Amino acid sequence: MRRIGVFLLLAALAVLPARQLRAQAQPLVHFMNENTLAFVLFDLLETSPALDGRPLQWDMDAWVGKMYNRLWIRSEGELLTAQRGGEAEFQALYSRVVAPYWDLQVGARFEVAYGEQTRTRAHLALGLEGLAPYWFELEPILFVSQDGDVSASLVASHDLFVTQRLILQPRLEALVAVQEVPEWGVGRGLNRVDFGLRLRFELVREFAPYIGFNWSRLYGGAADLARAEGEATRTSGFVAGVRLWY
Amino acid sequence: MKRFTRRDFLQTLAVLGISTGIEALLPAYARPRPRVAAPRRSGRGPVTYDLTIAETPIRIGGRKAKATTINGTVPGPLLRFREGDEVIIRVTNRLKEDTSIHWHGLLVPFDMDGVPGVSFPGIKPGETFTYRFRLRQHGTYWYHSHSGLQEQTGIYGPLIIDPAEEPYPYDREYVIVLSDWTFENPHRVLARLRKYPGYYNFQRRTLANLFEEAREMGFWKALKDRLSWGRMRMGATDIVDITGATYTYLMNGHAPEDNWTALFRPGERVRLRFINAAAGSIFDVRIPGLPMTVIQADGQYVQAVTVDEFRIGIAETYDVIVEPKEEQAYTIFAESMDRSGYARATLAPREGMEGPIPPLRKRPLRTHADMGMVHEGHAGMSHEAMPTHHQEHRMPADTTGHHMHGGHDHHTGHAMMAGMMSGVGQPPGMPPEPQPHGDDTHGPGNAAVPMITRSRLHEPGVGLGEDGWRVLVYTDLKSLHPREDFRPPTREIELHLTGNMERFLWGIDGKTYSEAPEPIRLRYGERVRLVLVNDTMMEHPMHLHGMWMELENGHGRHIPRKHTILVKPAERLSVLITPDEPGPFVFHCHILYHMEMGMFRVFEVSEPETATRTSS
Ligand SMILES: [Cu+2]
Repeated sequence: MRRIGVFLLLAALAVLPARQLRAQAQPLVHFMNENTLAFVLFDLLETSPALDGRPLQWDMDAWVGKMYNRLWIRSEGELLTAQRGGEAEFQALYSRVVAPYWDLQVGARFEVAYGEQTRTRAHLALGLEGLAPYWFELEPILFVSQDGDVSASLVASHDLFVTQRLILQPRLEALVAVQEVPEWGVGRGLNRVDFGLRLRFELVREFAPYIGFNWSRLYGGAADLARAEGEATRTSGFVAGVRLWY
Repeated sequence: MKRFTRRDFLQTLAVLGISTGIEALLPAYARPRPRVAAPRRSGRGPVTYDLTIAETPIRIGGRKAKATTINGTVPGPLLRFREGDEVIIRVTNRLKEDTSIHWHGLLVPFDMDGVPGVSFPGIKPGETFTYRFRLRQHGTYWYHSHSGLQEQTGIYGPLIIDPAEEPYPYDREYVIVLSDWTFENPHRVLARLRKYPGYYNFQRRTLANLFEEAREMGFWKALKDRLSWGRMRMGATDIVDITGATYTYLMNGHAPEDNWTALFRPGERVRLRFINAAAGSIFDVRIPGLPMTVIQADGQYVQAVTVDEFRIGIAETYDVIVEPKEEQAYTIFAESMDRSGYARATLAPREGMEGPIPPLRKRPLRTHADMGMVHEGHAGMSHEAMPTHHQEHRMPADTTGHHMHGGHDHHTGHAMMAGMMSGVGQPPGMPPEPQPHGDDTHGPGNAAVPMITRSRLHEPGVGLGEDGWRVLVYTDLKSLHPREDFRPPTREIELHLTGNMERFLWGIDGKTYSEAPEPIRLRYGERVRLVLVNDTMMEHPMHLHGMWMELENGHGRHIPRKHTILVKPAERLSVLITPDEPGPFVFHCHILYHMEMGMFRVFEVSEPETATRTSS
């Protein structure tokens, strides 16, 4: 079987130059839409000074690619500056435009929790990224962990233009899980809902400092697990940060 | 030709407000005083020009800029010829990258058309390419680079071909080249648009102006209108992609504050040759207090029509005659279509005078008519709502997938695609009937399809027509002389202009040129009706190289010929074409950034069969 594979590969290599020759006889115009484009967005890069440990939080999206096919890298997490600990996750996804406003995304997600001891786990991720009617940005993703645990998350946000440069962004994040995973603080069912309201001022489109308020609440099993650890199930506080992209 | 004397030089500097440096070299016609020069010729031989393309520091509105120039200036020099002339133009490339010059609107052999990769390989750094052709027409035209985004950085200039006999005599003439300049790198502009298509729109509807609108039309109506646009994920303020947020609008290379001036003596007939050489800006032109008589469109004489304002799409040209009677200064005012800025010049009896500059009008809003909705104010045009509406007009499935892509004999595919179309049976010259959009939504490269597309040639366009003055519309254009060849078409080609604003994707039939490089084949000498349907919410100035487009606007044999047609949102229009020059010719949107995103196709005209060849 393997030998056949190698043979096919060699055959393909032999055919390729011939095709290129034909292409050279009739050179095509090069258009900018064929250029690879790269984008990095820190949607959130903030601190909430009132909260315990003064956590630094981020939510970053980046992609590289052409018109319809792109590689996405996502990262979000928090760093407890006072306590030396935190959580971070990274996603690497293949993204493809499947409808005018929607991308289908498939890939992997890695989670890291660190502090006294560092733990990691990996997931398969399958999701959508797009724009729903009324200008809602939606990001629903389904995860299957290396241990077979299934969970899903939804991020929804909306940009409300107060003036041309002053933008109010309500943002909702929700997490649900099918199984309980105590070592990761995950309970069955609805785990956590975050709701934030951020008001940013676009000095330039790419650079916008903001202030806001964030509510966070744990539910069900996740709340029980947090209580058992002596942590709060509801937190809220002011945030200040900057949204930037390139 | 007028010599550039020391006195002129000092005057130029004074007018430009420059005390040091001579960066602001300007072509003769763009200097403050001189008129259009007489054609340059020696005896009866060919008219020869040498053009050098190089990077040159220039000044725009007092700011230093680096431009790619033709013979050191922006715009490049005026090239002037007489109908029937043999022309030799040698273009030398002093840039570090390839370049090209395309003669916009001229009927030339395909290998002189100047489109890299289609007509010729392009001009390599250090190389000189010689263009040589005979002129088969007269009128006001222009020329520009067809390589990458060079046109945005200054490679464009005017071109005039005098007719054998002038039907509209005049005493004096000026060329007015309208354009747009950005101090940003245009590649960066495009990258920004691709990442954030609303990047340059600082005239959105905001919460703050919701209250203004509420005062005007009532709160619920204002809110409902917003919600209906939100539901469609479309912006009512998406008028142009690039705005005054980065653009400085120019007249003959001059920013508004530089006040380029054209002189006249009261009572003279002054001919102004307007050329829109912008990369991304559509202008609304008027001279407050002075009506303009339009005599030529895209280089073709039309029956004189007097208006107060006209919209000039990118790459179009209009010649007008004005007759200022008073000893006063008039402002030639060209507002960008989205009202984010303007270009201006002055028409005055003496140097140094200035007319009042009118305020910019309020930025217009797209209406549901621009979405091709059946009833004004009807809010159901999202994709979700489409199918139910379409059921009434369902037609046989298009088994060939796409209508008329080159290679296929398009008759079969087309008949299936638009079974209800009046088709080639419709007499030549008449605008098409309204049509519901077919089932093909053109894939993810197209955001939405209009329910109904229809002729909008009689409409002045978004933001015009409500000021109480006369605005030129396409149905005003009647060719001065009746067309001799007025055969009915023998086949139709329908092309849909498509786009997805949210992702800054632009194409034709949902595909970019790189996705659909197969040419659309035309037979030499045949008569084709090209139907253009704009599925998007933006105007697209569509330009066909190598042959005329006769715009079917209802005037029979007085059908006007154009090289560029500004197609309105949700519009269906048709043109008749008779390919009379073999070879590949391109068809594209003249918004530079739309073309670069792939709104571009090749029309391949077959070699004439020797028996049927009549003349050339
Ligand atoms: Cu376009």
